[in-house]
Amino acid sequence: MTESTDFAMEPDPRTEPPESPEQQKREINRSLWADGWRELRSKPQFWLSVVWVLIVSSMAVFPSLWTSGDPLDNCLLEQGSEGPSAAHPFGFTYQGCDMWGSVVYGTSKSLAVALLATVMTTGFGMLIGVLAGFYPGMVDTVLSRFTDIFFGLPFLLGAVVFLAIVPERNVLTIAMVIALLGWTTIARIMRGSVLTTKNRDFVEAARGLGATNGRIIRRHILPNSMAPIIVLTTINLGVYVGLEATLTFLGVGFQRPNTTWGLLIAEGQPYAMQGDAHLLLIPCAFLVVTVLAFILLGDMLRDALDPRGR
Amino acid sequence: MGRYLARRLLQFIPVVIGTMFLLHYITTLGIQFNGDPVRALFGDRPPPDAVLASIRDRYGLDDPCLQQPGNPCIGLFIDRIGEYLRGDFGTSIRFTDRPITELVAERAPVTIRLTIIAVVFETIVGILIGTMAALRKDGFVDNSVRIVTTLLVSTPIFVFGVLVQVFGALALRSWLLGIDAPLWLSDMFSPVYNVANPWLSLIVPGIVLGAFSLASIARLTRTSLIENLRADYVRTARAKGLPARRTIGVHALRNSLIPVVTYIGIDIGVLMGGAVVTETIFGIPGIGQLVLLSVRGQDALVIIAVVTMLVLVFLVANLIVDVLYAVLDPRIRYD
Amino acid sequence: MTDAVIESKKNPDKGALSRVHFDQTAPLLEVEDLKVEFHTRYGIAEAVNGVSFTLQEGETLGILGESGCGKSVTAQAIMGILDTPPAQVAGGSIRFRGVDLLTMDERTRRHVRQNKIAIIFQDALSSLNPVFTVGWQLGEIYRKHTGATRAQAKAKAIELLELVGIPSAKQRVNSFPHQFSGGQRQRVMIAMALALEPDVIIADEPTTALDVTVQAQVMRLLGDLQKSMQMGLILITHDMGVMADVADHLCVMYAGHAVEQASVYQLYERPAHPYTKGLLESIPRVDLKGQELVAIKGLPPVLTNPPPGCAFHPRCRFARDRCKEEHPPLYDVPGGRRSACYYWEEVLES
Repeated sequence: MTESTDFAMEPDPRTEPPESPEQQKREINRSLWADGWRELRSKPQFWLSVVWVLIVSSMAVFPSLWTSGDPLDNCLLEQGSEGPSAAHPFGFTYQGCDMWGSVVYGTSKSLAVALLATVMTTGFGMLIGVLAGFYPGMVDTVLSRFTDIFFGLPFLLGAVVFLAIVPERNVLTIAMVIALLGWTTIARIMRGSVLTTKNRDFVEAARGLGATNGRIIRRHILPNSMAPIIVLTTINLGVYVGLEATLTFLGVGFQRPNTTWGLLIAEGQPYAMQGDAHLLLIPCAFLVVTVLAFILLGDMLRDALDPRGR
Repeated sequence: MGRYLARRLLQFIPVVIGTMFLLHYITTLGIQFNGDPVRALFGDRPPPDAVLASIRDRYGLDDPCLQQPGNPCIGLFIDRIGEYLRGDFGTSIRFTDRPITELVAERAPVTIRLTIIAVVFETIVGILIGTMAALRKDGFVDNSVRIVTTLLVSTPIFVFGVLVQVFGALALRSWLLGIDAPLWLSDMFSPVYNVANPWLSLIVPGIVLGAFSLASIARLTRTSLIENLRADYVRTARAKGLPARRTIGVHALRNSLIPVVTYIGIDIGVLMGGAVVTETIFGIPGIGQLVLLSVRGQDALVIIAVVTMLVLVFLVANLIVDVLYAVLDPRIRYD
Repeated sequence: MTDAVIESKKNPDKGALSRVHFDQTAPLLEVEDLKVEFHTRYGIAEAVNGVSFTLQEGETLGILGESGCGKSVTAQAIMGILDTPPAQVAGGSIRFRGVDLLTMDERTRRHVRQNKIAIIFQDALSSLNPVFTVGWQLGEIYRKHTGATRAQAKAKAIELLELVGIPSAKQRVNSFPHQFSGGQRQRVMIAMALALEPDVIIADEPTTALDVTVQAQVMRLLGDLQKSMQMGLILITHDMGVMADVADHLCVMYAGHAVEQASVYQLYERPAHPYTKGLLESIPRVDLKGQELVAIKGLPPVLTNPPPGCAFHPRCRFARDRCKEEHPPLYDVPGGRRSACYYWEEVLES
């Protein structure tokens, strides 16, 4: 709806004397986040996703809460590929280990990679993006070309190549490879966001009041450009969980004796073809639901923080 | 338009060189830190040094800079670029002595066929359901589309592929064979690539490859169309007495497709990665499978050459998409 | 500008409209007791609440009021382009030459749009499609309404651009909207409205987005074209200066109600409604230099929860108990005027 069909809908509380641009901006800021929060907490999918994330995170950090003992201790080949039963509701892996236990213990490495990769991606991406967006001219050009160069490497392709040459594949190295290829998206979005914010009046006002660049970036630009980054970061958590599993499945990620969902799926695939469906379905289900939870959160955040939806 | 083109080309060239060099640098680091792939070929019983040296020489891996970890090997880089420009991409170590160009030429048609199926499927179906969802916003169609696309986006492509293969194709095929369905129908659901059916047996893998992008395209179309349907210029079009099929189908849709076209540039990268996974799962002898085999087999030259080619394709495709974007959106053209 | 240039066998508008019996003796446009509701999550807002007015040929009717008073909704209701959820026409009639547009089927109404009644919007940049040339968007009208060919349509488009004073029309016809200046874009909007020589033009805040000198040019253009084509013009604005220049009669709207109707001289000289009086008093005047600016205290009401009785009474200095009970009807005031105030005589005197 455009302005000409606007009419007085909600009570307008701004009958006080005009505020300084700073105050105005902070109020707009605060009400955007407050509005967003209000919208979020009313949605059942939000709480479902949050609960799942908490469950999965606690599985990663305190696996002993969810299952007794390291599943690799109790693996008996005779039990191999047995289906669900009363004592073991998720059955056994092809090696004869408890499926539930394997899934629980597999959580930590998968989540750790995703978390670490996201932290590095967002950190580095934001840095480059803010600098490129805020300082025009040579700085922007150089940083943008630098971003383009990394952007030119397709994600999975680059990851496969890089992981092939990495000496040891652990949480750190896998996360670093993912971050190396993924920071460019965050950088581009951050740059765009900063460019838009930079031109808004309250930034000029702050400059007129004598604020230094550092202060302007910290207190004005960043809070107002953060919304798309928060959305993307949340989504990235989910995407990177899936990515780690994909790389492991292809053979360039984690290897045994580690336990991760990707490995369970890779090992389960040939046996599932022969009829032991649970070997495949259970780790797949965990993976998809976890990725789904993050992506839903990201989607909901995007809708909640969209000022145009007001 | 000319200025825009010139600017894009000017940006394109240093980026291509930069990305090539990045690739080269990382793979060089790999060789420097992991030891040379020639020696790795022989495992525990390497032949005498002289033999190793001559093999290295044959595959162009004898540059001393490869012994110095951290050395960016610029000379090697320039030499290799020169060779590539001349069409000499070297020979494979694993596939004993076969020229890499030959390997690629052999496998390219399959991958191209696979990609065509995926792209046709994802664009047509994606735009269609995205449009339907936008037109009946918050209705049953819209909600179903949103649920399905969100699920698709959350399912890593290998999960989708494996599930389709095991529970879809396999099961469906047995059933079809059981009820004596026409052969071509059951061939379509063969879980593995079949050379006898170059197109038919690629349909299921093609759908798997395109699934993720389909979901993204559908969501993008939906969001974009919803936004444009509310735009002032659509109101003007209605005020001009135009019927709904024109205000939506011509005015709104034309604007809505712009971000979708831009997405296709990124999509090529997604499809490349997806092809590696899909070809591996379905046993398709394409370029994706070649990449994975060379990675597993430490065939350094093939990795470098093939990934370089693919990166080039990706960058050129993005350039084309940027130009297309300017063609579609005149606001970009004339600045 | 004649249609002789266009010879086509299929003229969609002619076909559809030939079946409708327009009464050439009836007033051009007669809006009676129009009611438009908006269904929102806060409740039902009565954006237009019983508005009536008449427009004759060659006349300019001004609809005056603040943002949110319902003037644009009225305009769009007449055109029939409201977004139907959430908007809904809840009652009343809109008669064009005696035929009620609200009872027409959509297909016929579509042919009335642009052909007989056309509208000019406020923001020309967002109201024009950014990816098509101006010539294409103008030509589309001919191609779709009169069956013209592309070449014919383009020729007409050039003619139109020349008519509204765009220089180098032959070249500019291939330009895109963002390549024009604000004033030129508004001229293009005017050209678009004029294309089929409608009988009524509605101009919804046509100059609000322009600066004063450009404003004057655009309004003069509009006035000239109206005279030469004998069209009826409904001018919607909140700018009282522009209104005084151009309008013959005025309808003042507040919170969805028509609160006063009079000729322009009557209204400006002696308003008969407290709201109009407040508006006039709040105009800064050179001869009152040095005195404090007067403003109407308070804010317009929330339409989902309007105050009981007269919508204006919380802000009115003439308000009395009776005003809180029921919204006043439009009383006839001598001189052919009307006012929706119980105490209009007092307002006239003061």
